[in-house]
Amino acid sequence: MERKLVCISCPLGCRLTVTWQNETDITVSGNKCAKGESYAREEILAPKRVVTATVAVTAEAGGAETGRAAAGAAANGGPAAGQAASPEPRRLPVKTSAPLLKEHIPALLNELYRMETKPPLRCGDVLLKDIAGTGVDLVATRSLKAK
Amino acid sequence: MREKHTDAVVIGGGSAGLAAASRIAAEGFSVTVLERESQPGGILNQCIHNGFGLQRFKEDLSGPEYAERFIDLVEKQDNVEVLLETTALEVSPGPVHAVYGYSRHTGVTRIDARAIVLAMGCRERNRGNIGIPGTRPSGVFTAGLAQRLINIDGFIPGRRAVILGSGDIGLIMARRCTWVGMEVLAVIEIQSYPSGLTRNIVQCLNDFGIPLYLSHTVSAIHGRDRVSGVTVTPMEEGKSAAAKSFDLECDTILLSVGLIPDNELSRKFGVHLNPETGGAFVDAGLMSSVPGVFACGNVLHVHDLVDYVSEESERCASYVIEYLRGEYPARHQPVSAGANVKYVIPNRYLPEMTNRFYLRSLIVKNKAELIVTLDGEPLKRKKLAHVQPSEMVSFSLDAADLPRISEPEEKRLEVSIV
Repeated sequence: MERKLVCISCPLGCRLTVTWQNETDITVSGNKCAKGESYAREEILAPKRVVTATVAVTAEAGGAETGRAAAGAAANGGPAAGQAASPEPRRLPVKTSAPLLKEHIPALLNELYRMETKPPLRCGDVLLKDIAGTGVDLVATRSLKAK
Repeated sequence: MREKHTDAVVIGGGSAGLAAASRIAAEGFSVTVLERESQPGGILNQCIHNGFGLQRFKEDLSGPEYAERFIDLVEKQDNVEVLLETTALEVSPGPVHAVYGYSRHTGVTRIDARAIVLAMGCRERNRGNIGIPGTRPSGVFTAGLAQRLINIDGFIPGRRAVILGSGDIGLIMARRCTWVGMEVLAVIEIQSYPSGLTRNIVQCLNDFGIPLYLSHTVSAIHGRDRVSGVTVTPMEEGKSAAAKSFDLECDTILLSVGLIPDNELSRKFGVHLNPETGGAFVDAGLMSSVPGVFACGNVLHVHDLVDYVSEESERCASYVIEYLRGEYPARHQPVSAGANVKYVIPNRYLPEMTNRFYLRSLIVKNKAELIVTLDGEPLKRKKLAHVQPSEMVSFSLDAADLPRISEPEEKRLEVSIV
């Protein structure tokens, strides 16, 4: 069998040709680096993608603000934190710590649209561990300070 | 009106502004950053997808992760003040410039500084810029606005979307919309080739079976209060083939049709703008036509990668430092775009130092060659595996590459692609 692919490992986008007889006999051509070879094998056997999405941020009772904006308003001589009606990020950006098997992506998306998080959070904090037994985690990709 | 004095004012707290501010402050100068939004980081805050920082950090970061590295740097520096929710309204240039910033909390503040760094980024072209006929219902968004609504504010802008333009933001949004439960019917591109990266075609369109119509355009928008659909028309030999048009039923249209450096403020105080880039004309130190006013990042010219923005902004900062020390070099020599080159930045070079240039090709070609000439004489050649308008090209010239130039002489560099 033969399949033409475009490598998505980096912006170069090498055009790959993959030919194979069975799961162990796979040849890749057209790649400019080793990443292309492993991408092509993975794409044939078990395609994976990094998932980036967001989860809800719930403010604590009393209209707590996230740290950066509160600090900014205070530095400006603005109203005391808590009064400021600053638009806050209502979503926390997240990503999978590594590419995840495509078949697990829909279930993960469903799960994280039900999730809620609360500051304080550090960039890199693990929010879900070992998704579907794959060893891949879901991590926060920004910090949110508590008030 | 409140008044402040600082060595340098940086207008814009995104990737360019933060990188410049941090580097200027590291040399002991005081810096005030004006940022319109309630958080620093600029457009990176809403670019939650990965692919940032591969060059600079050798890591695959999301936009907010990349921004946080620079926010953390600036937060540790006592001589950088970031004024959030503050919009720069006006600049009065002079030996000492006055920058007027407005905040709804504190009113107008006047900040006096010897140097200004323009780092306002760019804005999106919208429906008005491309003139799509039809009615004017709600539901027409620029792709970046939809990205902000979804990723920061937590709103989903519609149910069934058509995306016009195949730039990377449009492609990224096709995946993002699908992942939040919207249906993306098609991406429509007027050119015969996609303007975004191939990897984004693969992972944002092909993965979800979203069709890409090349050489097609949206010729009409329908709907009274809300978008009800679009008419899509194929382009044949540069003309629209109206008879072959078809309609798609949708409630949302996202426009990913290009970016324009945001220079409304700069224009008002006399900065000369280059029609090819939409940004300032700059000398070898990225200084504009107004002495002491510098520009870097997307307000200077639109970049493909934030990694390049950081590099350019830190380099800009090093020239600002020389300016503040009274050591800014004179005798800049001219640079111009030759065959098949849309523009070269900067517009001047200095013979006695390393000069880094960014340029854009006007052509699509494999195995191209970059040719630099000095007053018509060949100076340098560089092989380029592949060129296309959407991919920026860069190269450097060292002092060793360049001849010594005596005082009154002018020697013009010209950059071409063949």
